Amino acid sequence: MLRRAGAGAAPGGRRPGVGAWVAGALVLAFLLLFLLLPVGKVFVTAFVEGDGTPTLGHFAAFFQQGLMREAFFNSLLVAGLSALFAALIAVPLAYFTVRFQFRGALLIQTLGVLPLIMPPFVGAVAMQLIFGRSGSVNLLLGEWFGWNLPIMEGLAGVVFVEAIHYFPFILMNLTVALRSIDGAMEEAALNLGCRGWRLFWRIIFPLAAPGFVAGASLVFVKVFDDLGTPLVLGQTNLLAPQAYLRITQVGLEDPLGYVISVIMIVFSIAAMALSAKLLAGRDYATTQKGGGALQRRRLSPLGAVAAYGWIALVLLVVLSPHLGVLLLSFAKVWSFSPLPDAYTLAHYATVFQDSGGMIRNTLLYCGLAAGLDVVLGVTIAYLMLRTTLPARRWLDWIATASLAVPGIVLAIGYLRLYKGVMLPGTDVLLTGSWLLIMLAYAVRRLPYALRSCVAALQQLHASLEEAAENLGATPLRTIRRVVVPLMAGGILAGFVTSFITAAVELSATILLTSAESQAPMSYGIYLYMQSVAGRGPGAALGVLAVVVVAVGTYLSHVVVERTQGRLAPAGKGSGSSNA
Amino acid sequence: MFKRAMAALALAAAAVAQAGTVTVVTSFPKELTQAYKTAFEKANPGIKLEILNKNTVQGIAYVRELPAGQRPEVFWASAPDAFEVLAGLKLLDDVAGLVNKAAPTKVGNYPINDPQGRYLGQALAGYGLMWNTRYLAANKLPAPRQWADLVKPVYFGHVATSSPSRSGTTHLTVETLLQGEGWAKGWTQLLQIAGNCAAVTERSFGVPDGVNNGQFGIGLVIDFFGLAGKYSGFPVEFAYPDVTAVVPANIALVAGAKNADEARKFIAYTVSQEGQQLLYDPKISRLPILPPEAMGGKAPQGYPNAFEIAKRAKVHFDSERSESRYNVVSAMFDQTITFRLKELQAATKAIHAADAALAHKPNPKAAALLKEARELAYTPVVDAAKAADKEFLAVFAASKKDAAVNKRVTALEDHWNSGARANYERAKGLAEQALALAK
Repeated sequence: MLRRAGAGAAPGGRRPGVGAWVAGALVLAFLLLFLLLPVGKVFVTAFVEGDGTPTLGHFAAFFQQGLMREAFFNSLLVAGLSALFAALIAVPLAYFTVRFQFRGALLIQTLGVLPLIMPPFVGAVAMQLIFGRSGSVNLLLGEWFGWNLPIMEGLAGVVFVEAIHYFPFILMNLTVALRSIDGAMEEAALNLGCRGWRLFWRIIFPLAAPGFVAGASLVFVKVFDDLGTPLVLGQTNLLAPQAYLRITQVGLEDPLGYVISVIMIVFSIAAMALSAKLLAGRDYATTQKGGGALQRRRLSPLGAVAAYGWIALVLLVVLSPHLGVLLLSFAKVWSFSPLPDAYTLAHYATVFQDSGGMIRNTLLYCGLAAGLDVVLGVTIAYLMLRTTLPARRWLDWIATASLAVPGIVLAIGYLRLYKGVMLPGTDVLLTGSWLLIMLAYAVRRLPYALRSCVAALQQLHASLEEAAENLGATPLRTIRRVVVPLMAGGILAGFVTSFITAAVELSATILLTSAESQAPMSYGIYLYMQSVAGRGPGAALGVLAVVVVAVGTYLSHVVVERTQGRLAPAGKGSGSSNA
Repeated sequence: MFKRAMAALALAAAAVAQAGTVTVVTSFPKELTQAYKTAFEKANPGIKLEILNKNTVQGIAYVRELPAGQRPEVFWASAPDAFEVLAGLKLLDDVAGLVNKAAPTKVGNYPINDPQGRYLGQALAGYGLMWNTRYLAANKLPAPRQWADLVKPVYFGHVATSSPSRSGTTHLTVETLLQGEGWAKGWTQLLQIAGNCAAVTERSFGVPDGVNNGQFGIGLVIDFFGLAGKYSGFPVEFAYPDVTAVVPANIALVAGAKNADEARKFIAYTVSQEGQQLLYDPKISRLPILPPEAMGGKAPQGYPNAFEIAKRAKVHFDSERSESRYNVVSAMFDQTITFRLKELQAATKAIHAADAALAHKPNPKAAALLKEARELAYTPVVDAAKAADKEFLAVFAASKKDAAVNKRVTALEDHWNSGARANYERAKGLAEQALALAK
């Protein structure tokens, strides 16, 4: 049933068929109902006077402020630098693990995704405990050497935390892209005498560029729109915090907050369009898939030491927040000391009492939301790259715009638009059901799944589909048996990213939760983190969330590895593995 | 088919509100709500309490966006301004009849219950200083007692506060300081304290949390943040300075709720003697609205008495004046302190350095430079006369939805922001010159 929307699309004809129109209309209807209309209902404040007459005066008010120009420049700088540092972390990790025979490659790829699963508050709190002014590292440095490392101060601190948090976007997409490169390309290059760095820069990296750009542009836009990290680090002079501070001020409806949000949306779409432009006019597709991927090589002993050393160092830094949360969840009192004073299991006892329902809810909502996301993602990618449907790029842009919509704005929009609407056939309010929470997750995480699906389809040569059709397969069958299985890696990467980031979404969750029985884990973490009596139970629930999501991620990686081996003969099974 | 399946799923999972369920929207931590839920359900079998924890802003939005008949029953939070917003939207029902007659009508000069009966005071809280004893010992700092202590150079980079635009209680503290010391002197002190701050946190909870884990040495916090941390085993202490205000945290009945009768019972319970005694729980540590003698002899030894603190306090809080300049104070604080903290810190650091050098080796020319630097850095952008000007205040009270108003306000804010930045940078330069002369 979920698949129908994806399967209804017509394959690469010159004129879009009925199927493509229907699929496009369905996607548009979804985006209209659950993104455009609700958000529009809130954002209208930015464009009208108090009495409802339209005006652009609020935008003028924005541009006349020096602080806003400063915030815009800072946001740009932080987003750019974060993407750069994230790439420095992710590219070697992806390259080493895919191209060389590497012990524990699967483990490294799973661990590499963990930073994304840091629930809000928890990650920044843990980073403060480890790297902050009175964190373990600085206390020890101060004790031993008498100096401190102010790595969490200022905009540099924001870049540091963001790069560590979001590099998995690049890692995941690049890994998938590297895996789907045709090994023959590399062999041809080798035969022509191209080796080492030259081989990487001239052949492999360019062929994997769609994956890299998909990841890097996501990091850029995500950091540009992120407000949690700057706020926890006390950095207010960035666009997202400026919008948030104005929107959430008690009792004051300030249109400027919405003006900033609108500007952020426009900019995010522009950034995405630019990244699409970078890839435009080139062909990244290779015909051979699966079986003949890049050869795995042995590392020289010296290279092995260097590679393992680098990976160990990177993992140590990026996993330190998790270590911090783990310590916090066992700590009785942890205050101004490198390690907690004493340890206890009490926090886990507290949490286990009432988290069973929350775990189930998280799995249910996020599973459904991520499933919906990949269906929408595949459909939009297909319509965009394989049909000539008019205005098809708009679907991509609209979906991407949701990255820049603050969760609280989307949630208020839902409550406002669906005020008093009952679920069809029942007397339950739509706003009182968990359906809206799930839909909010799906909308907010759609861009992640979409980028992965687009990258996967870009690497797939249309001749494969043409071959299938020439052999008499119907369009629908071609999509089901050829396109989707060959995109499996990208689809799965999209599913996993959507799933794990939805599992830790907070701002829309708090507003849309209307009963404790339907609360997901992120709500529980928020609840326990609010206590002056200590954050132990919150940390314990955070650890639990990380474990639950990590197990899910690991399992899906295992599925991908297996499918990769089986792909050529079987060509089935991977597409449905994520349902 | 998709929709029908989803509807069935939703029906299965949606919480069907049973008769007798009281839904409480609150920003209070789980320890507090759990204690009240357990005790109230035990005392009133048949009524179920459903706690919905949302921060104050989200709580308001949640109540506002639901249709009548589907709203939660009770709103329970600290900031009085949140209740004013709800009352302004006609979302509160009269609860004057539920007042506990044993409670005094005022604490100090502040009415415990809303005079119009739209919400009730449920617990009292005073503002004060909280510090981490390990942090102070490691940095060899004395424990502070008064706000004025926090301007001292030794505390540079060790203090933290929230912003009045983010937290109603911080706004009350700032306003208390302004009323206690007068506009000009109060702002000078505020700016000096802020110059010593390591951070202005976005949430009021960020301050006690940072002091608890040792990220900050001293925090300006509401009393139960400090007391609950202390009684939960953290190495922190709390003290009320002389200039403080004691104000109530409130509870109200939401208009258009399903089970109003049961909700009234719950509200009455929270202000009853039995309900007030729950506040003594170490993990809650709030001050009752009843004087200790009316608490049935349950008051723990040495527990602070809100009414004594209020009596001792020098400030007679004028809530009308506070209301009239609410937006101006918030905007001034954010534009000249929150958003310009980096520059203010740099200026303060330079001033402290020059000050220390001058104490060592006096130099009249340097002293004059330093005096000028201080004036530049610590003079508020709006003077006392303007702050009392009705026309000026009206600009900030008008709806910002109006583009012309918004433009005027943002132009002023921009003027303050860039003015403060220039002043701080010049002050830093002057202080550095003074330091060079005194060396």
